[in-house]
Parts: sequence; structure tokens; C-alpha cells
Amino acid sequence: MAAVIASRRARHGPSRREFVVLFVTGLLAFFAAWQALSMIGIVPRSFLPGPIDVLQTIVRLSYEKYSGDTLWRHLLASIGRFGMGFLLAAAVGIPLGLLMGWYRWLDDVVSPFFESLRFVAPIAWVPFAGLWFGTGIGGPILVIFSGAFPPCLINAYRGAKYVDRRLVEAAQTLGASGPRMVTDVLLPASLPSIVAGLRVGAGLGWQSLVGAELIVVASGVGYLMVQAQLNLNTPTVMAGMIAIGLVGVAIDLALRALENRINQNWGRES
Amino acid sequence: MARSTVIAGSSTAALDDVAPRVGRPQRARRTTSPSRRWYIGSIALAATIALWFVATAAGWVTGGRFPTPSDVWRAAMQISTDGGYGGGTLLQHIWQSCRLVLLGFAVAVATGVPLGLLMGSSRRADALVSPVFMLLRPIPPLAWIPLAILWLGLGDAAKIFVIWVAAFVPSVINTFTGVRSVDVTLQEAARVHGASRAVLLRDVMIPGALPMIFTGLRLSLQASWTTLVAAELVGAFTGLGKVLSVATLDIYPGMILFAMVWVGVLGALMTKSLAWLETRLLPWLR
Repeated sequence: MAAVIASRRARHGPSRREFVVLFVTGLLAFFAAWQALSMIGIVPRSFLPGPIDVLQTIVRLSYEKYSGDTLWRHLLASIGRFGMGFLLAAAVGIPLGLLMGWYRWLDDVVSPFFESLRFVAPIAWVPFAGLWFGTGIGGPILVIFSGAFPPCLINAYRGAKYVDRRLVEAAQTLGASGPRMVTDVLLPASLPSIVAGLRVGAGLGWQSLVGAELIVVASGVGYLMVQAQLNLNTPTVMAGMIAIGLVGVAIDLALRALENRINQNWGRES
Repeated sequence: MARSTVIAGSSTAALDDVAPRVGRPQRARRTTSPSRRWYIGSIALAATIALWFVATAAGWVTGGRFPTPSDVWRAAMQISTDGGYGGGTLLQHIWQSCRLVLLGFAVAVATGVPLGLLMGSSRRADALVSPVFMLLRPIPPLAWIPLAILWLGLGDAAKIFVIWVAAFVPSVINTFTGVRSVDVTLQEAARVHGASRAVLLRDVMIPGALPMIFTGLRLSLQASWTTLVAAELVGAFTGLGKVLSVATLDIYPGMILFAMVWVGVLGALMTKSLAWLETRLLPWLR
């Protein structure tokens, strides 16, 4: 919510100092309420562990094994799967999107499938993922792929469609062939759009991975959380949630940095 | 462009915030008429289905990994008739899933839109609430499922809670963005003419923010549907996700495919009905 912070420079409303005070108040109030709720005992502590309990759990899980491994090793397993599924989605989606942006017949043929498949929630692929790959590496990759693929394809396609006409015509005048047009004109011109798609795709892919891990696999943070849930171990569930959130933020920040770089170098001035 | 505004960094961003319409952009080099597109599309789909039948007849698809057409037909018959499958008939499963999605979605909208309006129109409220938001937002809605089951069990309450978590964030953020993007000149004009805060909110802010609010609702609805299917896969008594999970355990590819088709059809139907509602309620945007 960077926009929230950026928008404080408004004409009306609180001063910068008041904003910071309110911001910190909100933050503290949240943690205080959480801690208080778990300490007073309106809800049993095993149901709602306080922030300190959860923090202790995270520290403990980083050296003590739970459901087979430490928290960090589980996290590493998840990130590895995510990386493979995401790279596959990008490797298939971006070229296909670019080609669809240039070759109309391909667009006409692929679009109906894409349009009818995109309404199937990525998570609904989990049963087939299990059936086809068992608990192997392929299952989660399929699910991540189905989450991350559509934004990769759509943004490459839109990028290719919105390329400046003059560039296309200039290249055509100079005799560029179809394949060269795609690699030398459409690809560089649509890079900003592609990177934006990568970022959305990464978010969706990470989210789908978590869903897949809740169901089909035997390692990873999702698996850790399901085991903890079955053992009624709330602090571990919460520790897993925090770990997932942190990695999600890290992935988003990394791609945002890439996006900024690309926009500086390739962004259109218009 | 309000319809296609990308909410930066939204982890719940759905497909449609990247591409509101996969149709032809206006500056397309070569235009395709809709009828031609429809024509080619149906031929391609029909060819695939024909290929499926041929592959089955040729013995490439045996039903072990991917169902044959007759497997799917058998599954469709089995679940639609009295006995049902996975704890109910098709209609019961659909009714259960749709009911929960609409309930959770309604709760999320009823809480999210007002909060978005409040945060959008009062910078103090924004300063107070946004840190909590920033902390909780990176956690994917699906990651709340184990916690929801721990807290609320496998019944409806846990599902509604998870859907609420998933749908709440897009509602708030888009409403917030919508209010913030209302033309300042309009606001000041209203103020100069003596509009009170309530009137300003009712007659200027809400109408101005409506297109963005609808974008938020669409994202919310899609997130609700995905999350519900996931929650039902993890644990439920009835619902389409339950059908999927029972079919997985039974190794019943025909039923898996049939349930997946229904997940897609219902998801599409919900999105389309919301779009229809939007054109009815916001005729000036058409």
C-alpha cells in the first residue's frame, strides 16, 4: 500500500507528523489487541496464541524439525517448486502471447481454449495434478503453472498488440520477416507489459502453490501448516502463514525492482 | 481506463485486472470481425472434442489418467440422479457452493466497501487502519484455510470466514482507490456550494468511485470462488470442491473432469452476471 503513504501529501487532512503518529498507533493497537485477546482468555490460548508465542514458535521451528523438516527447509522446498512452475509459465506464456499478437490464426485458434480454461480456478487442477503426478514434483508445478500462466500470456499478447504502429510499419518496410518481427520489434516494445504480467503471475502462482501444498504434497510450508492444523498446533499454523507472507512480499519486491529497471530502459515516453 | 486499472502489488489480483477484455484493442493492425472469431473458435473447440473421441476410439485415452467421453457421461449421470456422489446430487453441491460464495461475498462487500469509503474520505482513518492492512495483506487467502478450520471447524462458518478474507481486500482497496481518484474539482465545487460531508459522500464520492468499486467487486467475486473451491478441497461435507476431493480419492477421472467443468462454468456465470449488473447500474459507462 505504498499509494497510501504517497497520498498523505494532500492538501487537506492531517500533517505528516500526525499521520506517522496515527500510523504507529494503528500498528501498536493491532498487536496490543492481539496479545490482550490471547492473554485475557476470552478465547483459549491454544486457539489464539499471542504475537510473542508465534514469534517464539518461528524461532523454535528454525532449528527444530516439524513434520519432517525445519521451517526454513520447508520454505526452501516451496520456493524451489514455485521457481520451476513460474519459469515454465513464463517460458511458455510469453512467447505464445507474442506470437498470438502477431499471427492472427494462432490467436483465433488459441483464444477459445484460453477463454474457456481461464475460468477454471487454478486450485481445481489439484485433483488431476495428484492423479497424473502423485506426490511428485509435477503436481504442484502444474498448479503453479495454471495460476501464473494466464497473466504472462495476456500481458505479452497485449504488449504485442499495442506496439507503436510506426515501429511495425518501419520494420515491415525494411523487410522484416514474421519471426524477426516478433523477436526484434514486438518483444522489446512489449517488455514493460510483460514484466507487469510476470509480477501478477508470480503473485497468483505463489498463492496457488500454497493451495496445492495444502492438498497434494508431503513437504513445503503448506504441508507443514496442514500437519500443524491436524495436531491442533495453532502457533505453528500462524508461523507458516507469516513465512508465506514474507516470501510473497520478497518475490513481489524483486519483480517490482525488475519492473522499475525495465521501465527505465524500455518504457515508452508517450 | 478505470475498468482496467491494475492494483499494484495486489496478491489477490485476478486475471481480469491484467486484461479486462481479451477482445481486440482499438489500434489492432488487422481487425477480425466478431463473427469470424466466433466461427473459428467454435471450430477449434469442436475439433478438440472430436479429437478426444478419436483418441479414445484409437485407444490412446484409456480412462486411467484422462477420462474417456463415456466416463464423463457416466459420471454426469451418476451425480445427477438420486444417489448422487460425494454426499449429494449435483444440484445440492452447486447450491451449497453458490450459497457459500454469495454469503461470504456479501459479508465481504458489506464490510469492505464501507471501510474503503471511510479510508478514502478520511486520511486519519486511512493512517490508522492501513498498517494492519499492510501486515495482513501479503498472506494469501488460501493460507488462512488451516487456521479457519482450527477456529471454526469444517462447517459453513469456516468457509464464509475464508471467503471473507479473500474478498475483503480487493473490495477495500478498489473502493479506496476509487474515492481517492474522484476529481478534486468536483469535490471542491460541491463543497463551495455548501455540500455537507454526508451529501458530498452520497452525491459525489460514491458515484465517482462506482466504476472502481465494481472492479473491486469483480476481483472479490473471483477470489471468493477460487478460495471456496480450495477450502472445500481441504475439507467439507458438500460442495463442488468436496466432489473433486472425493473423486481424487476414488481415482475417478470422469468425475474430476465433470466437476472441473462445473467450477469453470459457475465461475464464468458469476463474473458475467456481475458485468451485466454493472452495465445496468452504470449505464453512463457503456
